[in-house]
Amino acid sequence: MVETQIRTEQLKLWFGKNQVLHDVSLPVYKNIVTAVIGPSGCGKSTLLRCFNRMNYIIADTRIEGKVLLGKEDIYSGRSDVTSIRTRVGMVFQKPNPFPKSIFNNVAYGLQIQGKYPKCEIRDRVEQSLKAAWLWDEVKNRLNCSAMSLSGGQQQRLCIARALANGPEVLLLDEPTSALDPQSTAKIEELCLELKKTVTILIVTHNIAQAGRVSDYTAFMYLGNLVEFDLTEKVFTVPSDKRTEAYLTGVFG
Amino acid sequence: MNARKFKDKLGTSVAWICSGITILFLLVFLGRIIYKGFSVLSWNFVFTGPREAMTEGGIYPALAGTFWLTALAILIAMPLGILTAIYLTSYGKPRWLVRTVRIAINTLAGTPSIIYGLFGMAIFVNLLGFDVSLIAGALTLAILALPMIINATEEALRTVPQDFRDASLALGATPRQTILRVMLPTALPNILTSTIISIGRVAGETAPIMFTAATFFSRQLPKGLSDEVMALPYHIYALMTEGTHPAKQVPIAYGTALVLLILVITISALAIYIRYNIRRKRQW
Repeated sequence: MVETQIRTEQLKLWFGKNQVLHDVSLPVYKNIVTAVIGPSGCGKSTLLRCFNRMNYIIADTRIEGKVLLGKEDIYSGRSDVTSIRTRVGMVFQKPNPFPKSIFNNVAYGLQIQGKYPKCEIRDRVEQSLKAAWLWDEVKNRLNCSAMSLSGGQQQRLCIARALANGPEVLLLDEPTSALDPQSTAKIEELCLELKKTVTILIVTHNIAQAGRVSDYTAFMYLGNLVEFDLTEKVFTVPSDKRTEAYLTGVFG
Repeated sequence: MNARKFKDKLGTSVAWICSGITILFLLVFLGRIIYKGFSVLSWNFVFTGPREAMTEGGIYPALAGTFWLTALAILIAMPLGILTAIYLTSYGKPRWLVRTVRIAINTLAGTPSIIYGLFGMAIFVNLLGFDVSLIAGALTLAILALPMIINATEEALRTVPQDFRDASLALGATPRQTILRVMLPTALPNILTSTIISIGRVAGETAPIMFTAATFFSRQLPKGLSDEVMALPYHIYALMTEGTHPAKQVPIAYGTALVLLILVITISALAIYIRYNIRRKRQW
């Protein structure tokens, strides 16, 4: 049986008066890629941002229910949002490296914690870049601006940046929707490699991508978690009509 | 020619003429100052003090005075303005305080500069007892520069992509770290450009320093913060209104105007150059 790394329990979320998530209870298993699919506006990105408390940035957000990282409820008063975010990393839809050097981009998460000596930061930057399959491409120009990289490289840099903190969970919010097919393929392969060390939750518009990279798939519709099961099962014998309709392209 | 084509031609010509008139004004203005001022301009003029009851000699004390006034004013206004802008864009609570600060800034920005002069005299010169001094003038000019710097910084911070902020927060940075390590460095070039432009504005102001810092004549350079200083714009004003030998003093006034103009244009050119370089290098 697989171990649960992070999960939501009866999660409800409102933006103002508008309820965006309805009683979502989703387990994310350890060292496994879980994909969240669904039509635009179904709340899948909002759900993803609940896992590292990024929804709090938007005003008027109200959340009920629990998000449990291990045994810790990350929304309880005791938990510290900055340490949650080092344990749950995130990569965004659009590659968003800082306008700093490649090295400083990856080192950022460690530098701000202020507790790592320089030599350790250097080692971890190298490890992270290697883990994100970027090291060979950038090892000779770590001090160049991250903006000089291609889109696909930038996105892998963002993955390396998130990995440097040594997260338990990596949240990927449509990480390839701004990339060309080749870079997309590379990042998908990378996901399969990374899941050996980190739990991955990926939101994607691309159904085929979910099929390629994920072990489990969650289908969301209008803020409800409609179906959650092994990807194989969801794609071949979906138990809900709406899932079947979405996967076969009736809507979406 | 049909009516539509005629109207089109007419419209274009009117626009041409209007822009022509604007440029003409600028050219005549520049031409006259250069023509009248160029004859007295020399290294000697720039780097010596006035002599013979200001009918001869140069403007060095005024140049130095303007430098110190401007430098001090910007040094005071910059941290204050940047921190205020950070508060307005990034913290912004409680709302009523933000609204009050905004109203205050906009009111300040629209206040005639002579009012700053009177205010500076009332507060710094009289109430706080600084007398007419370099520091009183610099503080007054700082208040004048404040709304410019706040608005520019706010604008610069707002143009930092939200993506950068999200990325920083998602890596476990606190809001303070995000501002200091990501937002400010990204916005800094734009903040600097606008600050440089406000330097030009501050250097050229007469009214705010008239009652707070400027003196008609001073043989030496200011020695400390409590000294009265000469300043270029006030020097021009003094020569043109209070001079006793117009025939000798008017050319000096034009020369001073030319120096001030060159100074302000150089500063603006520097700002344009920096901005151009940033725009060329910026990749987001």
